[in-house]
Amino acid sequence: MSVIAAGETVPAFTLKGDEDRTFTEADLDGKTTVLVFYPFAFSPVCTDQFNLYEDVLDEFAAQGATLYGVSCDSVWSQRAFKEKLGVTVEQLSDFEPKGEVCRAFGVLHPGGFPQRALVIVGPDRVVKWSYLADSPGELPGANLIFDGLAA
Amino acid sequence: MSGEEGLGSAGVPAVGDEDWVRGPDDARLVLIEYADFECPFCATLELRLSVLDGPAAPRGVRRVFRHFPVRSAHPRALAAACAAEAAGRQGRFWEMHSLLFSAPAQLEDPHLWERAERLGLDVDRFDADRRSEEVAARVRRDFTSGVRAGVVTTPTVFVDGHAFHGDELRALVDALLRG
Repeated sequence: MSVIAAGETVPAFTLKGDEDRTFTEADLDGKTTVLVFYPFAFSPVCTDQFNLYEDVLDEFAAQGATLYGVSCDSVWSQRAFKEKLGVTVEQLSDFEPKGEVCRAFGVLHPGGFPQRALVIVGPDRVVKWSYLADSPGELPGANLIFDGLAA
Repeated sequence: MSGEEGLGSAGVPAVGDEDWVRGPDDARLVLIEYADFECPFCATLELRLSVLDGPAAPRGVRRVFRHFPVRSAHPRALAAACAAEAAGRQGRFWEMHSLLFSAPAQLEDPHLWERAERLGLDVDRFDADRRSEEVAARVRRDFTSGVRAGVVTTPTVFVDGHAFHGDELRALVDALLRG
């Protein structure tokens, strides 16, 4: 299994977002989207990946990019996670059927959770850049996303 | 944003004139630490490494402090970083650095003023400096260099360009303290 690659068109998918809204491939149209796949809501590290991304959201916006977090947690867990971290990045839930979207994007770990991965999708639903972390413990820096946006 | 103003990847900057540096020039090991005064893990690291700065410490380690305040995680981290810089403008950066780490939960304005008074600073000047554009830009420069070098979590310590955090950092510190 490997993460969906640059040049591939994203598969059809359905995720649950804020307020239980449905988020599909059509929501990618006309803008640049960064999907941040992560293993589980709630992390034992002090400063989380999302806190860092939150602090540079203005710079992402200046590049025309919108970020979303994606995990197999339920929308309720994701909401609590977001509140605990104090971040605004919208979370998308791949809960039922569990991991189906993660599998389609090539990021589902055999343990049943998303590997840490980043996927940048262009306004035409074509993947512009993707990155799969070596291990769940590796936290991809914001610099990598800026590299991907500039690629 | 693009070029030098952007946040794309770049190596961790070499130690420069504007850095806060402790330890001998000829140290065999240089630690470049990206940290946040509101981060309890950073305070713990500081406590553990502080023995390296004492008179009985091995002479081989040089420590560089760089600011990495993550505001959404630590709402007072930026204010604390600016306070340390403002104290630095009156020659008391390291003293303020120690006082900040000694009580990471006490970083509201009155706590900062109290520390400034305790250090004998000109408190009005301290207050003007910590809110100044120059100090904000100085802190931002460290933060940006950290983001570009791939810092995600605090504390992160670079040794010869390699980033250590979490378990790997703990192992590094264990090894340093063994000598």
